[in-house]
Amino acid sequence: MTLKTILLSACSALMFAGVSTTGALAETLTIATVNNGDMVRMQKLTDDFKTKNPDIELKWVTLEENVLRQKVTTDIATKGGQYDIVTIGTYEVPIWAKQGWLAPLDKLGDNYDVNDLLPAIRSGLTSDGKLYAAPFYGESSMVMYRKDLFEKAGLKMPDAPTWEFVADAAKKITDKKGEVYGICLRGKAGWGENMAFLTAMSNSFGARWFDEKWNAQFDQPEWKKTLEFYVKMMKEDGPPGASSNGFNENLALFQQGKCGMWIDATVAASFVADPKQSKVADKVGFALAPDNGLGKRGNWLWAWNLAIPASSKKTDAAEKFVSWATSKDYTNLVAQKEGWLNAPPGTRASLYANADYQKAAPFAKMTLDSINSADPTKPTVKPVPYVGVQFVAIPEFQGIGTAVGQQFSAALAGQSTVDQALKSAQQLTTREMKKAGYPK
Amino acid sequence: MARRITNRRKVVISLIAWSIALALFFPILWTFLTSFKTEGDAVATPPQFLFFHWTTENYIEVQARSDYFLHFFNSVVIAVGSTLIGLAIAIPAAWAMAFAPTKRTKDILMWMLSTKMMPPVGALIPIYLIFRNMGLLDSRWGLVGVLTLINLPIIVWMLYTYFKEIPGEILEAARMDGASLMKEIVYVLTPMAVPGIASTLLLNIILAWNEAFWTLNLSTSEAAPLTTFIASYSSPEGLFYAKLSAASTMAIAPILILGWFSQKQLVRGLTFGAVK
Amino acid sequence: MATFHTRSAARLMMAPSVLLLFAWMIVPLATTIYFSTLNYNLLSPGDHAFLGITNYQYFLTDPAFFDALINTLLLVGGVLFITIIGGIGFALLLDQQIYGQGIVRILAIAPFFVMPTVAALVWKNMFMNPVNGLFAYFFRLAGMEPLDWLASIPLFSIIIIVAWQWLPFATLILLTSLQSLDEEQKEAAEMDGASAFSRFIYLTLPHMARAITVVILIETIFLLSVFAEILVTTNGGPGTDSTNLTYLIYSQALLQFDIGGASAGGIVAVILANIVAIFLVRIVGKNLEA
Repeated sequence: MTLKTILLSACSALMFAGVSTTGALAETLTIATVNNGDMVRMQKLTDDFKTKNPDIELKWVTLEENVLRQKVTTDIATKGGQYDIVTIGTYEVPIWAKQGWLAPLDKLGDNYDVNDLLPAIRSGLTSDGKLYAAPFYGESSMVMYRKDLFEKAGLKMPDAPTWEFVADAAKKITDKKGEVYGICLRGKAGWGENMAFLTAMSNSFGARWFDEKWNAQFDQPEWKKTLEFYVKMMKEDGPPGASSNGFNENLALFQQGKCGMWIDATVAASFVADPKQSKVADKVGFALAPDNGLGKRGNWLWAWNLAIPASSKKTDAAEKFVSWATSKDYTNLVAQKEGWLNAPPGTRASLYANADYQKAAPFAKMTLDSINSADPTKPTVKPVPYVGVQFVAIPEFQGIGTAVGQQFSAALAGQSTVDQALKSAQQLTTREMKKAGYPK
Repeated sequence: MARRITNRRKVVISLIAWSIALALFFPILWTFLTSFKTEGDAVATPPQFLFFHWTTENYIEVQARSDYFLHFFNSVVIAVGSTLIGLAIAIPAAWAMAFAPTKRTKDILMWMLSTKMMPPVGALIPIYLIFRNMGLLDSRWGLVGVLTLINLPIIVWMLYTYFKEIPGEILEAARMDGASLMKEIVYVLTPMAVPGIASTLLLNIILAWNEAFWTLNLSTSEAAPLTTFIASYSSPEGLFYAKLSAASTMAIAPILILGWFSQKQLVRGLTFGAVK
Repeated sequence: MATFHTRSAARLMMAPSVLLLFAWMIVPLATTIYFSTLNYNLLSPGDHAFLGITNYQYFLTDPAFFDALINTLLLVGGVLFITIIGGIGFALLLDQQIYGQGIVRILAIAPFFVMPTVAALVWKNMFMNPVNGLFAYFFRLAGMEPLDWLASIPLFSIIIIVAWQWLPFATLILLTSLQSLDEEQKEAAEMDGASAFSRFIYLTLPHMARAITVVILIETIFLLSVFAEILVTTNGGPGTDSTNLTYLIYSQALLQFDIGGASAGGIVAVILANIVAIFLVRIVGKNLEA
């Protein structure tokens, strides 16, 4: 035996040692997902999937949203093939499907009932008549408020409030000594953080990102009105540190009873209404996102979806899992194990027709109404060349949206004025769009 | 009389030193304590210091979500592996620089250090493509390789400074006895350099353990070390201070304990030739 | 003859390190230079058109670039200032006789072992958070409005976090250097009637010069690429108030997926880093020669 053969056999022995831990026959799926509560729950419930599919092993990569997006995008764009199932948002699906990065989902099974998916959600995931991702949970945004505080202030929240009412109510509820802040909104910079909220809000103020020729519109009065309104309200009646608060930070604040109102994702409803996590579970009311009487409300539309990269070599097994995790049976499984309150919302009409769910989830109707009222194809008052309510579905948007978000976050933190922020936003958007070669 | 003054002086200086040390250590202690609180106690006003309901549920929760021991094992393999390979490559180089220096030795040393100043993210895509083509994505060997390269300059430099302190006459004597180069390194040089090598080893294990850019971007699950483990707790939903604290404690405890036990050794060597 | 042998042997022994590092430098560098001339967005595959120096033009005229440059200098300078001044002070204390010196040392060294991500998460959430953080609690206890650290003074907050991690390192190196100071020299100076202050200026400080240089060198290498702390705490904001060069390039590469632009930024950063390196080599070379 020469040295070389010894080395080679040693190496292969090592490699076998590495492989054998996963079992000889089983197919292993690597699933990349976000560390949101619903996904963590899915991870806990996979025993059910394993008993039904003993030949499929699952490996989880659970990461914070931004880290996940960066890793998954790098991998899928370089065809690294590290993931068999990825969790992506409504923003990515049409762009990635167009690039041929996603495998179409055409073998979801007979019981899947594709037509049960909510049309608003489903249309965003379909391209050329094929479904490219299955929605795990869907959301719009709405107002969550404290009924007790409203009562104390002698206010009554209408089902469909105006911005003016919201600002006025925030002022009356705020009690800074008692650490109660009238309104909590996102302020942390990011296209999926403050810009999701602000873009949706701007829609109800009649603003838009681009005109029909892809010219940036931050120099228009509608944006100025939006941002001035937001900054003023937050500075006067928002919590300290608002410019670094995202969804999670605001959720924590609301659960501790420190917010009078919070306008954010409809999925938050099940967290704030859950007595195990929330101190104010029995005092929360819900209303549609505010408007200004211009015909558009300030609510968005989003879904976290499971998709299969075209580079995966295990598409059949992967599709089985996707089907399992987004099926009616999965919803029932969650309901059975953790209660109806925790069922993944916003994807299926059947859930909202279910009497048990309606009883357990006081926010069911408001969620469904919010989702149905969002229209990604006509998001704004004036015409626009793009789709997407709280985003613009072009590849460049992540970068631009985050950079603009930085400017608006600075305005909220008081590091710059509203006018300065809008001016920089206009400049940088124009610059980036020019670099990317728009109008295309 | 004089004695009493020095005693009082000692007490005062001790008090100041202790307060600074405690202040430096406090964030770690606070994290540790918070990891045993319920989420409610973790954000209670006024903050609860010791008298709260102690619970280990956070640790159970964290372990249920992610396999800590796999990540821990990966961290150990990557940190120790890259350090050992790095030492094996660096010891000859440092020896050569210390005992057969040329005009360019110092330049080479500085050039090596300067490779560490490049922003790693600029090279991510090329390296990712190379890794994909070589099948090294999400493999421990791939990460060991990258971390070896990243820390190699520091290893070479540290060793160089230790070797330089070893008097050349000893080597001359060994040579006179007819010892070969190999023997010279193994029997004469290495024993004298053991303290230096040991502290280089320790420092590099620490640096490799805490490296968060390459380990996070080039691994997915099988090879993912503790840096990836912590990345899934960076902003979870709702109240999370206690769970975050538990995960943080789990991520830093091994290296902290190693650091404490080898503290004397580490500190003795941690001079980079700064002390003549 | 012997020297010839030794020399070629020496070359041979250095070869693996030098070659590996050369490859580690040249391969990414070459591809980065290549990418920097292309219109390469990770999200738009297909042909990547050749752009020439357009990416550089955009990067260098980006208003964020200048901010990032200043922030990088402030961050490196700020942390160096705090760790060296603090480190000298703390080392002088520890050099005295104190009770429980071993434990003090163990406590003080601990932050150096903490992962940057963990350090940033802990400081951000449990200390600097304006509602639930401990600092906010103490501010309210003192009857003051809690300071919103990461929004009002983002860069300074990050400097505090990073300095916390590096202070132990500086202290320990400086302490070792102090302890090697000749007792006899110290006593001689004391006999001459030199005051404590002038002893420090004329004897101790020059003796520590080398150690200080080493601290500066090592810390600079790591501080130029500070990244995790910014990503976790402020995401470079508000605005660009806490964006350093590394973070700016990161955001181009992995938030905007503009590989061409990020590569151009990477090359600019390499050039700047080399300028810093030349400076460092000058001062270090001078100090380490002795």
